[in-house]
Amino acid sequence: MDLSAINPVLLIASLMVAATPLLFAAIGELVVEKSGVLNLGVEGMMIIGAVAGFATAVETGSPMLGFVAAAGAGAALSVLFAILTQYAQANQVASGLSLTLFGLGMSALLGQSYVGIKPPQMLKIDLPLLSDLPVVGPILFGHDLMLYVAIAVIAAVWAVIKFTRIGLVLRAVGENHDAAHALGYKVVRIRIMAILFGGACAGLGGAYISLIRVPQWTEGMTAGIGWIALALVVFASWKPWRVLLGAYLFGGVTVVQLNLQAAGVAIPVEYLAMSPYLITILVLVILSADKSSAPAALGRNFHAAR
Amino acid sequence: MTEVLLSLKGLTKAYPGVVANDSVSFDIGIGEVHALLGENGAGKSTLVKMIYGLVKPDSGEMVLRGTPFAPGEPRQARADGIAMVFQHFSLFDALNVAENIALGMENPPKMRDLASRIRDVSETYGLPLDPYRTVGDLSAGERQRVEIIRCLLQDPKLLIMDEPTSVLTPQEVEILFQTLEKLRAEGTSILYISHKLEEIRTLCDHATILRLGKNVGECIPSETSASEMAELMVGTALTPPERGNRDFGALALDISGLSVPSPTAFGTALRNVHLTVRRGEILGIGGVAGNGQDELLSVLSGEVQTEADAVKLGTAPIGQLGPVARRALGLLTAPEERLGHAAAPDMSLTENAMLTGATREGLVKNGFLKWAAAKEFAERVIKDFDVRTPGPENAARSLSGGNLQKFVIGREVLQRPEVLVVNQPTWGVDASAAAAIRQSLLDLAAGGAAVICISQDLDELMEISDSFAALNEGRLSAPRPAVGLTVEEIGLMMGGAHGMEVAHV
Repeated sequence: MDLSAINPVLLIASLMVAATPLLFAAIGELVVEKSGVLNLGVEGMMIIGAVAGFATAVETGSPMLGFVAAAGAGAALSVLFAILTQYAQANQVASGLSLTLFGLGMSALLGQSYVGIKPPQMLKIDLPLLSDLPVVGPILFGHDLMLYVAIAVIAAVWAVIKFTRIGLVLRAVGENHDAAHALGYKVVRIRIMAILFGGACAGLGGAYISLIRVPQWTEGMTAGIGWIALALVVFASWKPWRVLLGAYLFGGVTVVQLNLQAAGVAIPVEYLAMSPYLITILVLVILSADKSSAPAALGRNFHAAR
Repeated sequence: MTEVLLSLKGLTKAYPGVVANDSVSFDIGIGEVHALLGENGAGKSTLVKMIYGLVKPDSGEMVLRGTPFAPGEPRQARADGIAMVFQHFSLFDALNVAENIALGMENPPKMRDLASRIRDVSETYGLPLDPYRTVGDLSAGERQRVEIIRCLLQDPKLLIMDEPTSVLTPQEVEILFQTLEKLRAEGTSILYISHKLEEIRTLCDHATILRLGKNVGECIPSETSASEMAELMVGTALTPPERGNRDFGALALDISGLSVPSPTAFGTALRNVHLTVRRGEILGIGGVAGNGQDELLSVLSGEVQTEADAVKLGTAPIGQLGPVARRALGLLTAPEERLGHAAAPDMSLTENAMLTGATREGLVKNGFLKWAAAKEFAERVIKDFDVRTPGPENAARSLSGGNLQKFVIGREVLQRPEVLVVNQPTWGVDASAAAAIRQSLLDLAAGGAAVICISQDLDELMEISDSFAALNEGRLSAPRPAVGLTVEEIGLMMGGAHGMEVAHV
């Protein structure tokens, strides 16, 4: 066992990379749930995004186009969910679960010819001077663009929900759709927009795994991140910055346990592998003990005539 | 008559199976308080929804200040100076007052400016309100203020109020009326929907009466007696229930020093509740909604369990027993929410009869259901309580509110309870069905059962109860004999104006 091989600067830099897919998926789902919709299809939308992004990047040679395609694919899959739940009044839980199963199967089919290929590499941003700083450089200024985009999305969602009218209307729809309808807001339209945003974010998260984090395509490579994202939103009490905190915690424990495995610590690998999930949920449960602030209309279908 | 603000001409709206409005026409003058009177289901709500743009009329037209007016959505109606205070408040519990108000405005100013404007308007109209309080923590009277201020900030020409006083204490009604008087003096027209005739007689200049969707007459309320208006509304003369003289027997139910924490986030905790009721007695429990009524009912029904000694049936401690055990002992309950609490909406009436009647009516044997007996029991309820339905195989959801309420109450009454607890027994029920339900409660008490009637309808409580107590923020006032209580005294028992200042108008 050799713990001195673990470099804390690299550790922090890599935990940020490990957390980013979760960050994308969770912030998207947060917006969806704020609008009162429970979409359990995050895992499915992520994996579709992963394969669509991977395939596009390989075919065009541009990782950026890959991310655009991933967002599009995630949103496209969420349209299916939106039609089922918002127009056909289908049960949200059942629709979300089937979306996940559909996404997993569909991505395996689409990805068959891409197994074992390396995608084009995403360039890391390189700021002269800043990126060369010791410690701070690799942690803050040495990443790829999408990592910063994820943090920007968190900040933007927080600001929109807290300070803008769009955010207020979104919360209102999620709190009490009948009252929002009576005031003349278009409940279904607002919810569909939120679902599309959630789908696009999940797609980006998936593509981040297949293009940057891993980077290659294997079947089922999202490995339950979508489910962790769902739990994260709940335990973060629907607050964007807590989502960031939870995601980094998850990423941190993941990276540490990988390092520990490499260092040959005498704990069975299975325990190490489950530790990120356990610790993240434990910490967030303790954090969310103060008050549950679930949107009151979460998971309830809205029908104007009833 | 004054100049006409809004004129309705032949408005008709039909829903599958029912004509909600059948060519309704009337005019509302500028600065006039116009009452829209009618029973539940007479089409009042549909009519105002058409004016507010929530529902499109099938035919007919509206003219606002001489120009045709056909709002496609509430936004448009608001832009034309029409504002509405809803019957069931359209507020968001988790948001604060200012956010709630911003949601009802077209172009809300910045939050800080809005907060100061809310303070200004609320001072001017004598409706003090803190813009940063969370709406879920407000009393019913304060919630209504939020709605009214939301309307006033838009400087409305016509203010629609849908049953505004049904959730207020008499003192709060007084404050509301002063605000409305001030608005009228400023030239705002008010369309006031209610079925409370005395209110309309004191407040309104003109009344239009709807029955089964049709305009059946107009009157000047101050020159018309309440019974004349009631007859127009119902179509026939009503006979008030007979009380009869009853002797009270032994103690039937005894609660002493009961405190229960609130089961939900925006619920009410019960605090040191004392309550006794004797055989043959009807105890009326008044109070504004949300002051612990639901919690009290669930403590009595056994949905919330307490220490054994806190609730006694006769002398037997039952606080630790669940609903089924309590039913077996003769303590029956009929909760307020008909669909989903008192009855399972998608199950048939027979199945619903089975659900509460199984123990006392012997509808189960060795774990097997006796369907024939359950059907017979359901049919008995339908017949004795005049429930209008094709038969007991119909789903509970398919019944109208009043009919289902008759079924729910009848189902409990026919199980020969020792103690019956009902919550809002006639809420949303038309006048004749309400009279029948009240009569059945009186008959039950005459037969020696104890009855606890929780209700927000003070007239109802005065009509049937022997003693009266009020719930206020989870505390129950000491019961007093109902005969001879004045409205003033009742209002104070209900918490007066709930700590709100009287309007400085």
